[in-house]
Order: sequence, then structure tokens, then C-alpha cells
Amino acid sequence: MPAKPIGLEVSLAVAEAVRLCDADVVAAYPITPQTHIVEHLSELVADGKLDAAYIPVESEQSAMSSCIGSAAAGARTFTATSSQGLALMNEMVYIAPTLRTPVVMAIVNRALSAPINIWNDHSDIMSVRDAGWIALFAENGQEALDLTILAFRIAEDRRVSLPVSINIDGFTLSHFIEPVILPEIEEVAAFLPPFDPLVKLDIAKPISMGLLAMPESYTEARKATDDVLLGSKAVVKEAFADFGKRFGREYRTVETYRTEGAETVLVMMGSIAETAMTAVDEMRAQGEKVGIARIRLWRPFPVEEFKAAVAGARRLAVIDRHLVMGAPDGPVALEIKSLMYADERRPEITNYIVGLGGRDVTREDFKYITKKAQEPGAHVRPRYDLVGVWE
Amino acid sequence: MPRETDAIMKVKDLPPGFTAEPGSTLEFKTGDWRSARPVLDREKCIYCGFCYIYCPDGVYQDMGKDEKWFKPDLDYCKGCGVCAQECPKKCIEMVLEEV
Repeated sequence: MPAKPIGLEVSLAVAEAVRLCDADVVAAYPITPQTHIVEHLSELVADGKLDAAYIPVESEQSAMSSCIGSAAAGARTFTATSSQGLALMNEMVYIAPTLRTPVVMAIVNRALSAPINIWNDHSDIMSVRDAGWIALFAENGQEALDLTILAFRIAEDRRVSLPVSINIDGFTLSHFIEPVILPEIEEVAAFLPPFDPLVKLDIAKPISMGLLAMPESYTEARKATDDVLLGSKAVVKEAFADFGKRFGREYRTVETYRTEGAETVLVMMGSIAETAMTAVDEMRAQGEKVGIARIRLWRPFPVEEFKAAVAGARRLAVIDRHLVMGAPDGPVALEIKSLMYADERRPEITNYIVGLGGRDVTREDFKYITKKAQEPGAHVRPRYDLVGVWE
Repeated sequence: MPRETDAIMKVKDLPPGFTAEPGSTLEFKTGDWRSARPVLDREKCIYCGFCYIYCPDGVYQDMGKDEKWFKPDLDYCKGCGVCAQECPKKCIEMVLEEV
């Protein structure tokens, strides 16, 4: 009998995914809007439903330190954070990749201070954009759950052995009750083999971790990390394919929606694509040739898959959820302009920044963006368009 | 740009996780960072052990009851001068290294 969806808060669905993956260690500090995930995990551990060590640390810096240590000791390790918590964790976030410690972290995306704001945008994840983590973006509740299971599989693969973040939009996704299918624990166990660490702290075979590199070897150590991260894309795709076969839900590194014959492609990440699909349906009904390319795998950036997804489009309207202070564009647009510059069919690229600090992103916003992207000369504007700002 | 012959480790040869054998710091002779070396006047030394205790790198070795002095291992002494500063008898002089 096919599994029936149940109504579940997305945060709880992520925690249930961690239970299904039989994590060994959860080290976390509560912060809005991530709290429900670790709160539920602490309940699961206390109730004996998850046989794990729950470490209630005194800060996020300690949370990631504990996670790196526990992954190095060979434990399947999970944490979750948001915004200022990720900022406080930053030092250790940068250390996990080169140490090849496959920590899995849910980042429930929330705006960075100041001013203090607990609502959703992507400024927190962009602060660790360059750290060497694999970064996935979820669109809906089922995807948040599935990507959590996939994250462990990808992270712990010995060809990868890197930390993975699952990005979940704060409140607009994390706090919604959505229909989700919880896989059986046996199905997950068959998909996710026991953790066999590539790098392990073992008293029988001691090693030193966290070393100093002099100028003679730092460059090589950083290159080695980047090589592994770039190479992980093949493993991500392999895991997506196997997941699809076993669970019937297909995932791609870049998802497209109604891009056939689309002259304008809206590019975005995360849950706003749900609203954008409705807006695209309405615009298509009016004869507008518009589609969506949604980036699910943000790091490593799927260059070839992205180019294939937008092939044929005359213009790309890149939608960002973070303002890069002092730069001409938002982070996603900067990246895409850079990689499309040498493309033969170089499309016209414009950038729109929306939904900062939890401001609503509506169907009307996507219609405005589609219209603006078609204005002659739109792509030579010197700067992003901060949609809806009251000046 | 460094020459290839200067490479101590190539990307493809690095151990995963940038790990090393335990105790490998011993092979890393930090003494060549030093610009001045501690020179002890053993006539004035009272064998109090302040240099041994205060040395941030632990390079002083107790030479024992018969010899009654502490000897710095110059392979690792970075020449910080803390021993000379703390010595109650001021019997350690920091002497500039010849270039």
C-alpha cells in the first residue's frame, strides 16, 4: 500500500527525518525559527524514540565544535540553526569541510541583524556561502524532509565526506503544516548505509586533526577541499537518482517549471518558487512566455545543469533574498552573471531583490519582475532592483 | 611563484582531512623563527625553574640535580624572551641571532 501523507509541521518533519536516519549525536542551541526542530529532537531522544546523545550546548560555536568532534569520532551528527546562531557558529562552519567531517545542518533561513528581525530571507546562509559546505535549498515540506535524508547519504559518502546544509525558509516553510509522506525506517536504512567515516579519530590508529598549514601547503589544502566539493555534484546526482527509484520522488540539482519556449526565465531558490509557479501559470494564461529555474543545489553550483535549464531563454530575471552591501547585485545574480558571461547565447540578466526580513513575496511581485525584465536596456542597469522598497 | 621543486605536498598527495601522524609537530622546527636566543649565565643561576615554568613553548629541559640548570631546546625556542623577563636573577640574556 502506498504511504499516505500526514499533516505535519515542516520543522517536525525535518526532526522526524533525523530520527529515521538514526542520528547518533545532536548538538544544538535553540534559536528562532529553528527551535522546533531541535525541541522535537530532544523529545524524541528523551522518549527513547531516537537512540542519540543530545548535547544541549551553551552556544552555537560550541554546537558546531561538538558536531565536528562527534563526526570525527564516527558518529552520525546533526544540528540546526538560524541567522545570528549561524553567525556565531561561523568560525567552526569554515573548519568542518577541510577536516572532511560530514555534519548535517538544517539552516532555517532568517535575516541577519541589524535591525533585529526573526523572519525569513537568505542573508544567513550567504554568510557561509564560501565555507565549503554542500548547500541544498528546499521548496516545500516533503522536500525539506527528503533533503534531510539525502543530506546524510551525500555527506557520509566516502567520495564526499563533507558537511551539508539543508536550507529551509524560516516560518514561511518551517512553521507551516504540510502534507508529508514519512518513509518507513527500514526503507531509509536501506537507502542510507551505516556511517563508515573516511577520516576517523580512533585510539587504535591515532591521527592529528585540525593542523596548521604554512604558506607552503595552505593553498594545496584549500584546493583539495574545493576539488572534493566540486566533485561532490556527481554523488549528489547519483543520490537523487537512487532516492527517486526507491521513494518515487525525483529531484534535480536545478528544477524547471514551464521553461518550454520561455523567453524570460525567473531564477530563484527556496519556497518562493511555490508562489512563483502560480504567478507563472497566470502569466502563461495571458500569453506571457515565462518559466522558472529553481536552484536546489547551491553549492557546489551546478554550472552545466543550470546552463541546460535556461538554454534558449532570451533573458534571466534572477531573484535574490539577500542584499550584498556595496556590490552591484545580489549573490545569486553575481554568480549567474559571472558564469553566463562567456556563454555564446549570453542572455540579458537582471537582478531583483525581494522578501528581505520576511516581507511578503506575492504573485504580483513576480509579474512586476517579469515586466521589468522585458524593458529595453533593463539588463544594463548598474544595480539590482530592490522590489517594493519605499523610498 | 614557488617552483614545483619547492612543493612539500601536492594537492593529490594530501591526506583526506589534512591530518597527520600524532606528534608530527616535533618535526616542525619553529626555532628558525627566532631573532634572539636566550643565553644563560650559569654562575648567577639559582636553579629556581622560573624559565622552565614560564616558557610558553615548553622548550626548557631540567638538567637534573647534579648539573642544576635548565637548558632550552633551540630547535623549538622562538626567542620570545619571557624566560629572560621572568628570571629573578636576571641571568638570561637575549642575544641577537647572526644573519
